[in-house]
Amino acid sequence: MKNAHTWGGILVVVFASVVGDVLLARAMKQVGDVHELWRRAGAWAVVSRILGNPNFFLGVTAMAAAFFSLLFALSWGEVSLVAPAAASLTFIGNAFAAKIFLHEKVDRRRWIAAVLVAAGVVLLAG
Amino acid sequence: MTFRKYLVLAGVTVFAAAGDSMLSHGMKQTGKISLHHLQGIILAVLNPWVAVGIVLLLAFFASYMNALSWADLTYVLPATSLGYVLLALVARFALHEQVSPLRWLGIALISGGVGFVARGPALTSKEYSESLPFDSGQGKLLGKNARNGAPAEEDVPVVSSGVRR
Repeated sequence: MKNAHTWGGILVVVFASVVGDVLLARAMKQVGDVHELWRRAGAWAVVSRILGNPNFFLGVTAMAAAFFSLLFALSWGEVSLVAPAAASLTFIGNAFAAKIFLHEKVDRRRWIAAVLVAAGVVLLAG
Repeated sequence: MTFRKYLVLAGVTVFAAAGDSMLSHGMKQTGKISLHHLQGIILAVLNPWVAVGIVLLLAFFASYMNALSWADLTYVLPATSLGYVLLALVARFALHEQVSPLRWLGIALISGGVGFVARGPALTSKEYSESLPFDSGQGKLLGKNARNGAPAEEDVPVVSSGVRR
Protein backbone atom coordinates (compact mmCIF):
# COMPACT_ATOMS: atom_id res chain seq x y z
CA MET A 1 0.00 0.00 0.00
CA LYS A 2 2.85 2.32 0.81
CA ASN A 3 4.32 1.48 -2.59
CA ALA A 4 1.09 2.42 -4.33
CA HIS A 5 1.14 5.77 -2.52
CA THR A 6 4.71 6.42 -3.57
CA TRP A 7 4.05 5.61 -7.22
CA GLY A 8 0.86 7.69 -7.14
CA GLY A 9 2.93 10.60 -5.86
CA ILE A 10 5.54 10.04 -8.57
CA LEU A 11 2.84 10.04 -11.25
CA VAL A 12 1.40 13.31 -9.91
CA VAL A 13 4.87 14.88 -10.05
CA VAL A 14 5.45 13.60 -13.60
CA PHE A 15 2.03 14.77 -14.78
CA ALA A 16 2.44 18.25 -13.30
CA SER A 17 5.94 18.76 -14.71
CA VAL A 18 4.99 17.52 -18.18
CA VAL A 19 2.00 19.88 -18.21
CA GLY A 20 4.26 22.70 -17.01
CA ASP A 21 6.97 22.03 -19.60
CA VAL A 22 4.47 21.83 -22.47
CA LEU A 23 2.71 25.05 -21.42
CA LEU A 24 6.00 26.93 -21.00
CA ALA A 25 7.29 25.65 -24.35
CA ARG A 26 4.06 26.73 -26.04
CA ALA A 27 4.17 30.13 -24.33
CA MET A 28 7.72 30.77 -25.52
CA LYS A 29 6.88 29.67 -29.06
CA GLN A 30 4.05 32.21 -29.01
CA VAL A 31 6.42 34.89 -27.72
CA GLY A 32 8.89 34.05 -30.49
CA ASP A 33 12.69 34.10 -30.62
CA VAL A 34 13.63 36.39 -27.74
CA HIS A 35 17.00 37.39 -29.27
CA GLU A 36 15.20 38.63 -32.35
CA LEU A 37 12.48 40.36 -30.35
CA TRP A 38 15.04 41.99 -28.05
CA ARG A 39 17.03 43.31 -31.00
CA ARG A 40 13.93 44.68 -32.69
CA ALA A 41 11.86 46.00 -29.84
CA GLY A 42 14.03 46.09 -26.74
CA ALA A 43 14.12 44.24 -23.44
CA TRP A 44 10.84 45.65 -22.20
CA ALA A 45 8.97 44.16 -25.14
CA VAL A 46 10.40 40.74 -24.29
CA VAL A 47 9.42 40.98 -20.63
CA SER A 48 5.93 42.34 -21.24
CA ARG A 49 5.26 39.75 -23.93
CA ILE A 50 6.28 36.86 -21.70
CA LEU A 51 4.42 38.16 -18.64
CA GLY A 52 1.36 38.89 -20.79
CA ASN A 53 1.15 35.29 -22.00
CA PRO A 54 -1.49 33.24 -20.12
CA ASN A 55 0.23 29.95 -20.98
CA PHE A 56 3.33 31.22 -19.20
CA PHE A 57 1.43 31.70 -15.95
CA LEU A 58 -0.34 28.36 -16.24
CA GLY A 59 3.02 26.74 -16.93
CA VAL A 60 4.69 28.33 -13.92
CA THR A 61 1.72 27.28 -11.76
CA ALA A 62 2.03 23.69 -12.98
CA MET A 63 5.79 23.78 -12.30
CA ALA A 64 5.15 25.02 -8.77
CA ALA A 65 2.60 22.21 -8.29
CA ALA A 66 5.21 19.74 -9.55
CA PHE A 67 7.80 21.12 -7.14
CA PHE A 68 5.54 20.88 -4.09
CA SER A 69 4.18 17.46 -5.01
CA LEU A 70 7.79 16.32 -5.36
CA LEU A 71 8.44 17.53 -1.81
CA PHE A 72 5.45 15.51 -0.59
CA ALA A 73 6.40 12.45 -2.60
CA LEU A 74 9.93 12.66 -1.19
CA SER A 75 8.55 12.63 2.33
CA TRP A 76 6.48 9.47 1.59
CA GLY A 77 8.93 7.42 -0.38
CA GLU A 78 12.62 6.67 -0.67
CA VAL A 79 14.62 9.52 -2.19
CA SER A 80 16.58 7.01 -4.27
CA LEU A 81 13.35 5.83 -5.89
CA VAL A 82 11.26 9.00 -6.11
CA ALA A 83 13.80 11.48 -7.53
CA PRO A 84 15.19 9.38 -10.42
CA ALA A 85 11.82 7.80 -11.24
CA ALA A 86 10.14 11.19 -11.46
CA ALA A 87 12.99 12.71 -13.50
CA SER A 88 13.26 9.89 -16.02
CA LEU A 89 9.50 9.40 -16.47
CA THR A 90 9.24 13.15 -17.08
CA PHE A 91 11.66 12.82 -20.01
CA ILE A 92 9.56 10.05 -21.57
CA GLY A 93 6.28 11.84 -20.87
CA ASN A 94 7.62 15.05 -22.38
CA ALA A 95 8.56 13.27 -25.60
CA PHE A 96 4.96 12.03 -25.96
CA ALA A 97 3.45 15.37 -24.97
CA ALA A 98 5.74 17.38 -27.27
CA LYS A 99 4.72 15.20 -30.19
CA ILE A 100 0.98 15.36 -29.43
CA PHE A 101 0.51 18.90 -28.14
CA LEU A 102 3.42 20.88 -29.59
CA HIS A 103 3.54 19.05 -32.95
CA GLU A 104 7.26 18.56 -32.65
CA LYS A 105 8.72 16.01 -35.01
CA VAL A 106 9.84 13.44 -32.47
CA ASP A 107 11.67 11.13 -34.85
CA ARG A 108 13.51 7.92 -34.03
CA ARG A 109 16.62 9.89 -33.12
CA ARG A 110 14.73 11.83 -30.43
CA TRP A 111 12.93 8.75 -29.09
CA ILE A 112 16.25 6.98 -28.68
CA ALA A 113 17.63 10.07 -26.96
CA ALA A 114 14.67 10.26 -24.55
CA VAL A 115 15.07 6.59 -23.60
CA LEU A 116 18.87 6.87 -23.25
CA VAL A 117 18.60 9.98 -21.07
CA ALA A 118 15.84 8.43 -18.93
CA ALA A 119 17.93 5.28 -18.39
CA GLY A 120 21.05 7.33 -17.71
CA VAL A 121 19.28 9.44 -15.07
CA VAL A 122 18.17 6.26 -13.26
CA LEU A 123 21.71 4.85 -13.32
CA LEU A 124 23.29 8.10 -12.11
CA ALA A 125 20.91 8.30 -9.14
CA GLY A 126 21.37 4.65 -8.20
CA MET B 1 22.57 27.31 -34.39
CA THR B 2 24.68 30.32 -33.56
CA PHE B 3 27.38 30.56 -30.90
CA ARG B 4 25.04 32.59 -28.73
CA LYS B 5 22.44 29.82 -28.81
CA TYR B 6 25.00 27.24 -27.72
CA LEU B 7 25.90 29.62 -24.91
CA VAL B 8 22.25 29.72 -23.81
CA LEU B 9 22.08 25.91 -23.79
CA ALA B 10 25.30 25.80 -21.79
CA GLY B 11 23.67 28.22 -19.35
CA VAL B 12 20.66 25.89 -19.01
CA THR B 13 23.00 23.01 -18.15
CA VAL B 14 25.37 24.81 -15.79
CA PHE B 15 22.82 26.92 -13.89
CA ALA B 16 20.56 23.91 -13.28
CA ALA B 17 23.39 21.72 -12.02
CA ALA B 18 25.03 24.43 -9.88
CA GLY B 19 21.72 25.69 -8.49
CA ASP B 20 20.50 22.22 -7.55
CA SER B 21 23.70 21.25 -5.80
CA MET B 22 23.90 24.52 -3.85
CA LEU B 23 20.27 24.12 -2.76
CA SER B 24 20.79 20.56 -1.58
CA HIS B 25 24.03 21.52 0.19
CA GLY B 26 22.25 24.38 1.96
CA MET B 27 19.18 22.33 2.84
CA LYS B 28 21.37 19.71 4.50
CA GLN B 29 22.71 22.45 6.76
CA THR B 30 19.31 23.85 7.68
CA GLY B 31 17.72 20.46 8.32
CA LYS B 32 14.30 19.04 7.66
CA ILE B 33 11.28 21.18 6.95
CA SER B 34 7.92 19.76 8.01
CA LEU B 35 4.42 20.98 7.29
CA HIS B 36 4.00 21.88 10.97
CA HIS B 37 7.07 24.10 10.95
CA LEU B 38 6.71 26.09 7.77
CA GLN B 39 8.71 28.95 9.27
CA GLY B 40 11.68 26.67 8.63
CA ILE B 41 11.44 27.72 5.00
CA ILE B 42 12.22 31.33 5.94
CA LEU B 43 15.24 30.20 7.94
CA ALA B 44 16.33 28.09 4.97
CA VAL B 45 16.24 31.06 2.58
CA LEU B 46 18.55 32.97 4.95
CA ASN B 47 21.19 30.28 4.46
CA PRO B 48 23.69 31.70 1.92
CA TRP B 49 23.95 28.40 0.00
CA VAL B 50 20.18 28.26 -0.38
CA ALA B 51 20.01 31.94 -1.39
CA VAL B 52 22.71 31.57 -4.05
CA GLY B 53 21.06 28.34 -5.20
CA ILE B 54 17.75 30.15 -5.70
CA VAL B 55 19.47 32.92 -7.70
CA LEU B 56 21.15 30.29 -9.89
CA LEU B 57 17.85 28.48 -10.43
CA LEU B 58 16.28 31.79 -11.52
CA ALA B 59 19.14 32.14 -14.01
CA PHE B 60 18.41 28.59 -15.13
CA PHE B 61 14.74 29.46 -15.64
CA ALA B 62 15.63 32.53 -17.71
CA SER B 63 17.98 30.61 -19.99
CA TYR B 64 15.50 27.70 -20.21
CA MET B 65 12.75 30.10 -21.36
CA ASN B 66 15.21 31.72 -23.76
CA ALA B 67 16.07 28.34 -25.30
CA LEU B 68 12.41 27.30 -25.55
CA SER B 69 11.68 30.46 -27.56
CA TRP B 70 13.77 29.17 -30.49
CA ALA B 71 14.09 25.42 -29.97
CA ASP B 72 11.86 22.37 -29.45
CA LEU B 73 11.13 21.09 -25.96
CA THR B 74 12.54 17.70 -26.99
CA TYR B 75 15.72 19.49 -28.12
CA VAL B 76 16.25 21.53 -24.95
CA LEU B 77 15.40 18.83 -22.39
CA PRO B 78 18.40 16.57 -23.10
CA ALA B 79 20.58 19.64 -22.53
CA THR B 80 19.16 19.93 -19.02
CA SER B 81 20.05 16.28 -18.39
CA LEU B 82 23.68 17.05 -19.23
CA GLY B 83 23.72 18.77 -15.84
CA TYR B 84 23.65 15.37 -14.12
CA VAL B 85 26.75 14.41 -16.09
CA LEU B 86 28.40 17.68 -15.11
CA LEU B 87 27.67 17.06 -11.41
CA ALA B 88 29.14 13.54 -11.59
CA LEU B 89 32.28 14.85 -13.30
CA VAL B 90 32.65 17.59 -10.69
CA ALA B 91 32.23 14.97 -7.96
CA ARG B 92 34.94 12.81 -9.53
CA PHE B 93 37.56 15.35 -10.58
CA ALA B 94 37.05 18.33 -8.27
CA LEU B 95 35.82 16.62 -5.09
CA HIS B 96 37.71 13.36 -5.77
CA GLU B 97 34.68 11.24 -4.91
CA GLN B 98 34.27 7.69 -6.09
CA VAL B 99 32.08 7.27 -9.21
CA SER B 100 30.82 3.69 -9.59
CA PRO B 101 30.89 1.85 -12.95
CA LEU B 102 27.08 1.97 -13.11
CA ARG B 103 27.23 5.77 -12.82
CA TRP B 104 29.82 5.94 -15.58
CA LEU B 105 27.38 3.92 -17.69
CA GLY B 106 24.65 6.45 -16.82
CA ILE B 107 26.97 9.29 -17.88
CA ALA B 108 27.64 7.51 -21.17
CA LEU B 109 23.92 6.96 -21.84
CA ILE B 110 22.99 10.60 -21.15
CA SER B 111 25.89 11.91 -23.25
CA GLY B 112 24.90 9.56 -26.07
CA GLY B 113 21.29 10.74 -25.91
CA VAL B 114 22.36 14.39 -26.00
CA GLY B 115 24.63 13.68 -28.96
CA PHE B 116 21.75 12.01 -30.81
CA VAL B 117 19.50 15.06 -30.43
CA ALA B 118 22.20 17.68 -30.98
CA ARG B 119 22.96 16.37 -34.47
CA GLY B 120 19.34 16.94 -35.56
CA PRO B 121 17.50 20.22 -36.15
CA ALA B 122 16.77 22.44 -33.15
CA LEU B 123 13.28 23.42 -34.24
CA THR B 124 10.66 21.25 -35.91
CA SER B 125 7.39 22.57 -34.50
CA LYS B 126 5.40 25.11 -36.42
CA GLU B 127 3.58 26.78 -33.58
CA TYR B 128 4.84 30.33 -33.80
CA SER B 129 1.35 31.72 -34.02
CA GLU B 130 -1.87 29.89 -33.35
CA SER B 131 -3.47 31.35 -36.47
CA LEU B 132 -1.17 29.40 -38.77
CA PRO B 133 -2.62 25.99 -39.53
CA PHE B 134 -0.24 23.11 -39.01
CA ASP B 135 0.96 21.91 -42.38
CA SER B 136 2.70 18.57 -42.23
CA GLY B 137 3.86 18.93 -45.81
CA GLN B 138 6.31 21.66 -44.83
CA GLY B 139 7.63 19.84 -41.83
CA LYS B 140 10.69 18.53 -43.63
CA LEU B 141 11.82 21.95 -44.79
CA LEU B 142 11.25 23.61 -41.49
CA GLY B 143 14.22 22.27 -39.58
CA LYS B 144 16.67 23.61 -42.10
CA ASN B 145 15.03 27.01 -42.45
CA ALA B 146 14.46 27.47 -38.77
CA ARG B 147 18.12 26.92 -38.03
CA ASN B 148 18.98 29.84 -40.24
CA GLY B 149 16.41 31.80 -38.30
CA ALA B 150 14.61 32.83 -41.45
CA PRO B 151 10.89 32.11 -41.25
CA ALA B 152 10.28 32.05 -37.54
CA GLU B 153 10.90 35.68 -36.83
CA GLU B 154 9.09 37.06 -39.84
CA ASP B 155 5.65 36.84 -38.32
CA VAL B 156 6.49 38.06 -34.84
CA PRO B 157 4.41 41.18 -34.39
CA VAL B 158 6.08 43.85 -32.35
CA VAL B 159 4.12 44.78 -29.25
CA SER B 160 4.26 48.01 -27.30
CA SER B 161 5.77 50.08 -30.08
CA GLY B 162 6.20 52.91 -27.61
CA VAL B 163 9.50 51.48 -26.45
CA ARG B 164 10.80 50.71 -29.90
CA ARG B 165 14.06 52.47 -30.65
